Amino acid sequence: MRRIDYKLIEDLVPHGSTVLDLACGDGELLSQLIRDKGVRGSGVDVSQEAVEACVRKGLSVFHGDLDAGLADFADGSHDVVILSMSLQQLRRPRMIVREMVRVGRQAIVSFPNFAHWTPRLQLFLGGRMPVSRDLPYQWWDTPNIHLCTIKDFRALCLEEGLCIEHELYLSGVDRQPPRRAVLPNLMARLSIFAVTRC
Amino acid sequence: MGGGPPLSSPPPTSRVVMTAAKRTERKEIGDVAMSLGADAGSAGIVRTKHVTFDQPGQELGLEGGGTLAPFTVAYETYGELSERRDNAILVTHALSGDAHVAGLHSANDKRPGWWDMMIGPGKGLDTDKYFVISSNVIGGCSGSTGPASENPATGRPYGTDFPIITIADMVNAQAMLLDHLGIKKLLAAVGGSMGGMQVLEWAVSHPERVHLCVPLATAARQPTQAIAFNEVGRQAIMADPDWRGGHYYGGKPPAKGLSVARMIGHITYLSDEAMQEKFGRRLRDSHDYSFTFSADFEVESYLRHQGLSFTNRFDANTYLYITRALDYFDLTRRHGSLVQAFRDVTARFLVLAFSSDWLHPPYQLKEIVTALRATHKHVSYYEVESHYGHDAFLLEREKMEGIIGAFLASGARTFALPG
Repeated sequence: MRRIDYKLIEDLVPHGSTVLDLACGDGELLSQLIRDKGVRGSGVDVSQEAVEACVRKGLSVFHGDLDAGLADFADGSHDVVILSMSLQQLRRPRMIVREMVRVGRQAIVSFPNFAHWTPRLQLFLGGRMPVSRDLPYQWWDTPNIHLCTIKDFRALCLEEGLCIEHELYLSGVDRQPPRRAVLPNLMARLSIFAVTRC
Repeated sequence: MGGGPPLSSPPPTSRVVMTAAKRTERKEIGDVAMSLGADAGSAGIVRTKHVTFDQPGQELGLEGGGTLAPFTVAYETYGELSERRDNAILVTHALSGDAHVAGLHSANDKRPGWWDMMIGPGKGLDTDKYFVISSNVIGGCSGSTGPASENPATGRPYGTDFPIITIADMVNAQAMLLDHLGIKKLLAAVGGSMGGMQVLEWAVSHPERVHLCVPLATAARQPTQAIAFNEVGRQAIMADPDWRGGHYYGGKPPAKGLSVARMIGHITYLSDEAMQEKFGRRLRDSHDYSFTFSADFEVESYLRHQGLSFTNRFDANTYLYITRALDYFDLTRRHGSLVQAFRDVTARFLVLAFSSDWLHPPYQLKEIVTALRATHKHVSYYEVESHYGHDAFLLEREKMEGIIGAFLASGARTFALPG
């Protein structure tokens, strides 16, 4: 299955640009970007297995903890810095967004939208912490410690002085986005933001 | 460091310092890896081979000026060189290492090569796929020309008349060994500590001759603290009355001084946690203090043993020369900055740091990564979680093997021979 969210991110990345993919996992998105967009790409991940998987694919990868920031990366050293579906797992999401626009000209962040109607309903009707296909964990063992909504992320951008260049909505990693977004904060399961320093 | 016995292995069997006579005797002997009765996964029975460069034009020009000629390089090889000569991996050794990196020297040899855990059929450096080469550095005392070798000008051992050599000189000698073996370009250069410095030097000085570089537990310039420890070691050797200005061959060697130098070195290869765990404050063989200066504590007797056994296999002058080469190593010196030094590098890098290494802490390896990245070189960084300190690169097989194996395998797919 080709992930639609990866495809949308790919469309946002200029051909031949230098890309840093944070929390790159096994390097699937990165490989795709190198293959399809001819980017000069590298990744960062905290897990040893992920680093090894990337190295196995011939990718350039840095073993590091995003919660410690991006001190090993120079200002403006990349065209695009990507954080795909991992913002909610970081201890200091605001710091990392700030770091992304320091290291890169453009930051692309995708995250599950906690204001989607399913979690809303689960909380409202069931009175329990939402568990769904997108957020499959119980509250006590979830790695998702900083969930936010589309509106929340817009507010963060405003506070950080970031201009939103693109804002995309999806109803699943494997589903084509709707042609017209109606009430995205209620209807989108996940969202992709492309932001720059204003 | 390294090459020496890691913390967890048995004390070394005594190995004599190679003399010129021994070298000639062993010169003709030996071919590689007849896997006689060796364990599965072992590189088998190996012999150290020697090549002497004594023809006109084969002088080794030295970074500090002058030349070394003639000179001999001791080396071992494991696995088979492919027909296209595109599977050669050079493994470079640390301060106290030698050419014997894997396998055994005889069927009843108790002690395999110093990185045997990584090299052999099916291992990280898989000798079913790769042709692994390891050589003793020049200035060394395990078969390559060094201060104990005969000075052609006098007919006596060089002693301190041996020229000061550098990491770049060691690498240039290795390049001549590769010429001798008919290898134009290495698939990879792999090494830890001083071996890692040689790997970096390979990438910088011979960019067209190496495709993959794996430096471990090392630095692009010898850090101040390491220079300081080396200086204490050198002072210990030179303060030994038996050192006699370095011209002690034929007489009593400065064993006490060398042994103290090795003891200091050993401390820097461990970590607080590893020492605490292995020795604690345990007493050697009594329940109480002896109220004397004898080795009451286990850690004391361990260091004394390590120091003493080292003197059976290592030459004190070589210790002086090699530590000097380490201290002089600074890639920024010749090139202005590290970024500048790496400018012409074409090799892909996998840089490995070890979390508890305080001789070369992870930040020193990250410095290499950052500089390579500045000019968009292909580089990966991996930090091995370990409490073994600097010695971790000689011990943490399981944590290194996978990633190094993966790097070599994926890198081999992009390897192109020159021309």
